[in-house]
Amino acid sequence: MKNYDRLIFELSREGRCGYSLPEGSWEENTGCLPQNLRRETRPALPQVSEPDVVRHYVNLSGMNYSVDTGFYPLGSCTMKYNPRIDEELASHPGFAHLHPLQPEETVQGALQLCRELSDCLCKLTGMAAFTLNPCAGAHGELTGLMIMRQYHISRGDLKRTRIIVPDSAHGTNPASAAVCGLEVVQVRSTPEGLIDMDHLRPLLDDTVAGIMMTNPNTLGLFETGIREIVKCVHEAGGLLYYDGANMNALLGKVRPADMGFDIMHLNLHKTFSTPHGGGGPGAGPVGVTASLAGLIPEIGRVSAFHGNFGVLMKAYAYILSLGRQNIGRVGPLAVLAANYVKESLKDRYRLPVPSLCKHEFVYDGLARQDAGDGQQVTTLDIAKRLLDYGFHAPTIYFPLLFHQSIMIEPTETESLETLDAFIDAMRRIADEAESSLGLLKSAPHTTPVRRPDETLAATHLKLTWKS
Amino acid sequence: MAFAYFPHTDEDIRAMLSKIGAVSLDDLYADVPGDMLFKGSFDIPDAMSEMELRRKFDGLASMNIPLKVFCGAGAYDHYSPAVVPAIISRAEFLTSYTPYQAEVSQGTLRYIFEFQTMMCMLTGLDCSNASMYDGPTSAAEALLMSVACTRKKRRVLVSGTLLPHVLQVAGTYCRFHGVGLTVIPHRSGVSDLEAIRRELQAGDVAGVMVPGINRFGIIEDLSGFADAVHDAKALLIVYSDPSSLAVLTTPAGWGADIACGDAQTLGIPLSFGGPYIGFLCCRQEHVRKLPGRIVGETVDADGRRAFVLTLQAREQHIRREKATSNICSNESLMALYVTVYLSLMGPDGLKRVNDLSYGGAHYLHSRLLATGLFSEAFDKPFLKEFVLRSKVPAGLLQKTLVEKGFFGALSCGDGLVSFCVTENRSREEIDALVDAVSSLKAN
Repeated sequence: MKNYDRLIFELSREGRCGYSLPEGSWEENTGCLPQNLRRETRPALPQVSEPDVVRHYVNLSGMNYSVDTGFYPLGSCTMKYNPRIDEELASHPGFAHLHPLQPEETVQGALQLCRELSDCLCKLTGMAAFTLNPCAGAHGELTGLMIMRQYHISRGDLKRTRIIVPDSAHGTNPASAAVCGLEVVQVRSTPEGLIDMDHLRPLLDDTVAGIMMTNPNTLGLFETGIREIVKCVHEAGGLLYYDGANMNALLGKVRPADMGFDIMHLNLHKTFSTPHGGGGPGAGPVGVTASLAGLIPEIGRVSAFHGNFGVLMKAYAYILSLGRQNIGRVGPLAVLAANYVKESLKDRYRLPVPSLCKHEFVYDGLARQDAGDGQQVTTLDIAKRLLDYGFHAPTIYFPLLFHQSIMIEPTETESLETLDAFIDAMRRIADEAESSLGLLKSAPHTTPVRRPDETLAATHLKLTWKS
Repeated sequence: MAFAYFPHTDEDIRAMLSKIGAVSLDDLYADVPGDMLFKGSFDIPDAMSEMELRRKFDGLASMNIPLKVFCGAGAYDHYSPAVVPAIISRAEFLTSYTPYQAEVSQGTLRYIFEFQTMMCMLTGLDCSNASMYDGPTSAAEALLMSVACTRKKRRVLVSGTLLPHVLQVAGTYCRFHGVGLTVIPHRSGVSDLEAIRRELQAGDVAGVMVPGINRFGIIEDLSGFADAVHDAKALLIVYSDPSSLAVLTTPAGWGADIACGDAQTLGIPLSFGGPYIGFLCCRQEHVRKLPGRIVGETVDADGRRAFVLTLQAREQHIRREKATSNICSNESLMALYVTVYLSLMGPDGLKRVNDLSYGGAHYLHSRLLATGLFSEAFDKPFLKEFVLRSKVPAGLLQKTLVEKGFFGALSCGDGLVSFCVTENRSREEIDALVDAVSSLKAN
């Protein structure tokens, strides 16, 4: 990667312009507004020519890693290939200019698309109804929890204000619960990485609204006790929320409704291949069972209009590309890739839970962590060294169950050759940890910048450019 | 059978299974109770080739009726330069992950830093986050933020002049979060400072939200609001259209502590309502309560300038239930739309956008009044959007316009209809709209 160290403001010169707008022939302009409504000085936005703008952003793009340039073994992120046809279709001019408040009879194609997508999501999850309005996974969690609370409120059961969340859960789970006004009660995992039933049972009283789970969990393990968990939670009067962040493992094989879940969200930017965009836009549709479907409108509006429609279009195109013939192969091929990588490196990396995994798994650092002279090889060192080998780093230090978590999720769109190259790089790094530790400690060596000082960033806040 | 997105040959699959010690792909689900496994075929459409997909989407698109947009109400048909989609479609931006690994994400981190800077330039405030989902959720988060900043106070005030969907989303979030939300009805089309003052006397109010431009298109004169709100030890939040801030008094200029709104007006297509992008800015003293991602400047191991996600201790992946918000994925790519758009427009281009919108909107306003079918509703300053009292039923008016290929005259209740004109509308289009409206006179 080339290092390019400019900000757009540093290319600015008074008098340059990058826009092409008509002169206009109107009699009035904003100068007619009362003085106190007008800003006194113009904003210090950059003044840059069009070629300079293009070159600047193309150069910035060169400093990014991306799915189109390489493999992301990122656990719980499902960084699969983002099909180009989906992008083309999502920018279809027949949809791009639709105003969200246009009369229904003028947007029948858009509404039909939403309906067909909802139908497919229902079929794939076993749920009875979906709302497409949430804009991301965490937004879906919040919406789903609102539905859960609304369920209890609608029955006059007002004391159910606690929610059970496993200690291995994604951070968004407890955070969404807190935004929703629920008190979080953490349930422990067993040494085998599954929900501890003996800890769960006594927590289930009449103040519990429900439980949030992802299955497979963040260790990539299928919660084999799910039947019992569903029974206990339902008997206690609670509902089960399914965090769909890990749905890729089960796509085409297991439907959340068949496991007994009542409410769920899907991350269309994970399981349904819409691009991650450097952190959004995503989409987090929420599905519910038939008895809860009437509650969706009762919670009230959660986003501006119809959700991230452009993202919904891409996800629908993806589903149609795969169709009934291929959708059932997604989960098994993703699980195959994860188990293959897991088995290929377990002699060099500590595998705390050795059983069959689903779409992802977790190593707890190197098998031999002590480098000899008392220096520890950390997960951060391994992650940074991987960048030198041309791979993105895995998800690190999560889940919180282990000190040196390295969470790996290859997807069904990575070839065996790519997986083997990654395995080879991981083995070399394990070798280097024993032979040339300095190389790891000072990694990465080939990137535009190296180990930025995060402490400095947080203690000497510089959040905007100043001349 | 081979499929374009799956690279595995049968031989690859056999080799991988063998490494695992499994015989078939079904073995990989041996830990799932048998009765939970889905058997049979999903009742979804057959796989489509690219050609079939294009036909499918063309077919869906043909069911829509394209209209010239003369409405706003939270989504605006502004022009977007050709450079914007060209940059957005670069795979290095489009298909990258959230920039946690700073070394291989300097492209994303830098444009977010630029975005933050530009939003601060427009709002006049000190700090900006990396984005929220959309305007209404940014408003909801701003209100919850005011509660977090002032502690112990559990009520917020919102002006009834805010857009209806902003009030609705704020209401949803506040209800579940256990925050009281009081809507202050408008007074002659603008926020009612006296009524807000009265409510503030209770001493339990954390934040007060008012719009810069309101649901009637009126540019609100917010003189005196900050003093009243600050005297009650509450925070003032101004909901703004950031495009207008090239020419209008900034939230900071009105004394706001927090600014939020939807930045769709800065280069993002209508796209039936999303994806758009919320923004959230605040004064320096409140930055630790600001939700969402924030990019900061630092130096790397070799002393070079570098950018990282900072203040992550506020966020859900570190702080879990004690985080400032649950937001994780936000609208990063939409921040790139905004940043590229503003880089091209600069201060003068953005002012021109406002001048052209203003000129067109005021031209339409006077021509509609001249038809005799409307009367002035409030007679207050507006920019690109305005309401009139219609003598024709709003439904009939809108229907007539749709038949002539226009989306205009959105009903605002009480016999009021709203129109909006951006720089994207020509004089000929405005004249044609007025002709369509005038056709009702004959009846």
